[in-house]
Amino acid sequence: MNNFALSCLILLYLCILFYIAFIVEKKGKSKWVNNPYVYTLSLAVYCSAWTYYGSIGVAANSGISFLPIYLGPIIAAPFWIVILRKVIRISKQHKISSIADFISLRYGNDRFLGALVAFICTIGTVPYISLQLKAISETYDILSSGSTFVPRGTLGDSTLYVAILLAVFATFFGTQTTDASAKHKGIVATIAIESIIKLVFFIVVGCYITFYLFDGTEDLYHRVTQIQDITPLIGFSKVEDAFSWFYMIALSFTAIFLLPRMFQVSVVENVREKHLKQAIWLFPLYLLLFNFFVIFIAWAGQVTFGNSSNAEYFTLLLPLKNGNIFIALLVFFGGLSAVISMVVVSTLALSTMVSNNLVIPYGFLEVFSKGKPEKNALYIIRIRRIAVFSIIIIAYIFYASFSIELSLYSIGLISFVIISQLAPSFFIGLFWNRGASKASKIGIITGFIITMYTLILPFSIQAFTGSTVFISEGAFGISFLKPHALFGIDFLSPPAHAFFWSMLANTLCYLVFSLVSKGNYRERNYAEMFVDSKNFNSLQDSALVWKGEAFVSDIKNVLVRFLGEERTERALRLFFSKYDLPLDTQMADARLINFSEKLLTGSIGNASAKILISGVVKEEEISLIEVLKILEESKETISRNKLLKDKSKQLTQLTEQLKEANVELIEKDQQKDEFLDTVAHEIKTPITGIRAAVELLIEDLQEMPPELSNQFLTNILSDADRMSRLINNLLDFEKLSNGREQLNLQKNSLKRTIETALSGVSQIASNKKITLLHTNKSDYSFFYDEDRILQVMTNLLSNAIKFCEPESGIISIDYRYDDGFIFVEVKDNGKGIPQEDLVFVFDKFYQSKNQNTIKPEGSGLGLAISKQIILQHKGKIWAKNSLKAGVVVGFKLPFD
Amino acid sequence: MSLVLSCHLTNFERMVKQKILIVDDEPNIVMSLEYAFKKQDFEVYIARDGSEAMEILTHHIPAVVLLDIMMPNVDGYQTLKFIKEKIELNSTKVVFLTAKNKASDIEKGLKLGADKYLIKPFSVKKIVAEILELI
Repeated sequence: MNNFALSCLILLYLCILFYIAFIVEKKGKSKWVNNPYVYTLSLAVYCSAWTYYGSIGVAANSGISFLPIYLGPIIAAPFWIVILRKVIRISKQHKISSIADFISLRYGNDRFLGALVAFICTIGTVPYISLQLKAISETYDILSSGSTFVPRGTLGDSTLYVAILLAVFATFFGTQTTDASAKHKGIVATIAIESIIKLVFFIVVGCYITFYLFDGTEDLYHRVTQIQDITPLIGFSKVEDAFSWFYMIALSFTAIFLLPRMFQVSVVENVREKHLKQAIWLFPLYLLLFNFFVIFIAWAGQVTFGNSSNAEYFTLLLPLKNGNIFIALLVFFGGLSAVISMVVVSTLALSTMVSNNLVIPYGFLEVFSKGKPEKNALYIIRIRRIAVFSIIIIAYIFYASFSIELSLYSIGLISFVIISQLAPSFFIGLFWNRGASKASKIGIITGFIITMYTLILPFSIQAFTGSTVFISEGAFGISFLKPHALFGIDFLSPPAHAFFWSMLANTLCYLVFSLVSKGNYRERNYAEMFVDSKNFNSLQDSALVWKGEAFVSDIKNVLVRFLGEERTERALRLFFSKYDLPLDTQMADARLINFSEKLLTGSIGNASAKILISGVVKEEEISLIEVLKILEESKETISRNKLLKDKSKQLTQLTEQLKEANVELIEKDQQKDEFLDTVAHEIKTPITGIRAAVELLIEDLQEMPPELSNQFLTNILSDADRMSRLINNLLDFEKLSNGREQLNLQKNSLKRTIETALSGVSQIASNKKITLLHTNKSDYSFFYDEDRILQVMTNLLSNAIKFCEPESGIISIDYRYDDGFIFVEVKDNGKGIPQEDLVFVFDKFYQSKNQNTIKPEGSGLGLAISKQIILQHKGKIWAKNSLKAGVVVGFKLPFD
Repeated sequence: MSLVLSCHLTNFERMVKQKILIVDDEPNIVMSLEYAFKKQDFEVYIARDGSEAMEILTHHIPAVVLLDIMMPNVDGYQTLKFIKEKIELNSTKVVFLTAKNKASDIEKGLKLGADKYLIKPFSVKKIVAEILELI
């Protein structure tokens, strides 16, 4: 394909990306940008040219070993909810803009540690970027020449121009504000689009090769097995291979968290924490899709070309060989997309680290503390821009001078191993508050030195001199020091071996020195904040322990230099109103110090922020013990507060209950008064009758006609009976409702009890010519107190008789078994009870207004006593008006 | 002279027969009262509750109404109210005769306009004397 046309296409593609980024930056609030899918796709920046081209090379040469690099992240995804969410929460709260800033803040704004992490990241990433440039260059050459690539001079190399354009892109969209923790939505959107492009194009070429050029996967399998034995390529030949697999998976597990570009997209660019929920299943899905065709393309290449020398570019070479320029072009742009996103995000992340953690804290603080706000902002942005260009240029030089010999895969793995040195400090530090900054530094340095010795050094020596003596003989000819088989461990692949030893040493150093070192107070302070980040209070400004003397005006001066007058004023106003402080507060407290440091962190990194702030305040030395005590106290206060709150809630509840109980008591008291009143009234009535009659008889016995005196005497008798009945019932009722009455539970026949009850009332019924119906033939035997139940039935029956019209009255009694209970119902055809009275009929001294006789026989206690009896049997009693006429009074008793 | 005159007057009035309405739901009590007042030559009307009393009061204008308070359907208070609202019954005296003997009850009864408040159990002789004194 024509060189010029291809360049034009590349330029056009870059322009489109620029345009998209530009639009998105303008419309940053749109839901097209702020959704979990864009977030997930931006995470796919993990799939660089290494995935796009390199995997196929590995698949062709060593089979499925390309997989662990994707299995690690897939395994890591579920852990994001625990780990990544924590990291995101802390980073947002502290305005962290890079992994260097994150680690350095965890270990107490440690300036050196920040620089060390930035350094490790740079060493690990620059070759990685150069690897991407190499991929562009080689694929460009293949596409333009049609077969293979030939190295050319620097200025004639289009890769340089692509690199410079990428630098411009990263600069333009990545360094607009001084606050590096701000979101770069334009860049994220282009990454998302590129992630779609690279996946779709890769699947297209996969389908094209597998199903168009060949006859599907089965056909490929047959053909490839004809030319070579692929069994070692699709499984483990030895158990040692499995170890290598394991370490590679562990390696990529750490990489998905620690790679600067991954930290950038997953943490710094994260818009909402909840987007993680979708990402944890969508991202693994993306990786699975991406890897589906890798092995088939590799086989297709082997079948077609017979060897695996240019295996990394099978995706390009296969369509070209078949004359399909269009598919080849798609592949090229897919690869280009992978490269662009990786290079842009990596350089952005690196430039932030280089400026905030390497350059500014070591040399520019003096300048900044005197400079004017505009000038300072310009400086910061300029430092970052220079960093972006430098990184890309250095990567280019690295590529141009010696990466030709190296495969994409091996450089990628070296990068991973270097970056993974941050793992102990990062992961353990998140969950263990004893992790110390000294231990972290020693661990990282030790791990890095071991990586140098076991991986980078032999690799470089081989690449430059072509000699393998160092690898085969070891340093000074000592076989224990063979770089790829340290201490005789010779069964691991070089990267797995390097990862194993460096990580072992790194972790051990970290743990041992953490336990040994005392650490300073600030370090321990941040350790607590990070480890305990679930606790909301740990993320508040007050979580920083600080003692000393500081003036708000001094701190304001520092802030103004970076944020400008207006933003500083606004920020302080917010701060004061948040904590209810007067706007003219003079002395600064720990919260303001912490707040100010956070404000500066985004612009100049946390180490510099701390240095600048502490330059204007007079801080008192606090011992570690004191800090721990304060932290403990504040924890205690929090828990005590919680306890107090709980207690006061309980108290309120108790008060509420007491109030209710009081109301109830007052009610009870009133009821008791009423009860006594009623009892008094009920007793006085017959006494009045007796007294009046006796008085008249004494006075007038001689003159009175005998019928009359007889009547008076009969009245006296009935009144006396009434009184004794009343007193008996009262005592009975009190006994029952106090529970002093023990039931005499015997197995009894219900039918017999009912018959007894009926015969008891039959006389009064027949007096009134009322019909009693009892037709149920069935019988139930169960435990109840027969005398008492008889009392209830008699009560119900005589009540019914009372309310029935003479002659026409019909009363029926019936019973049935249902759901563990025996139901007994007495039905009459009287006037019924007013609906509003139904609930009161079982109250003591309730007497219906609708009774036929003005004063029926009874004390007004019958139903109340019945209720008590049924309740004692653990049953229930009720009354309702029947639909036709009259009342149904029923009760149920448990049938064991 | 005035004594003689008054004596005559009473005799005259007795000739016309004083009417009394007894309202109570306890037949035994009513029976004793009825006997006592008839002996004093009263024309005795009996109602077993407030509504019966109201019925009687639309046809007759008794000199005294002896009124129980706690009765089914229409109680003594309602009956008193009915009497007070009726102009024809202006001159009718109302006497509560009840077992409710709390100070608050008595106060309430008198406040509503009862002329006397008598308490059960009672001496029949005393009741008759009180009523005679009232009219």
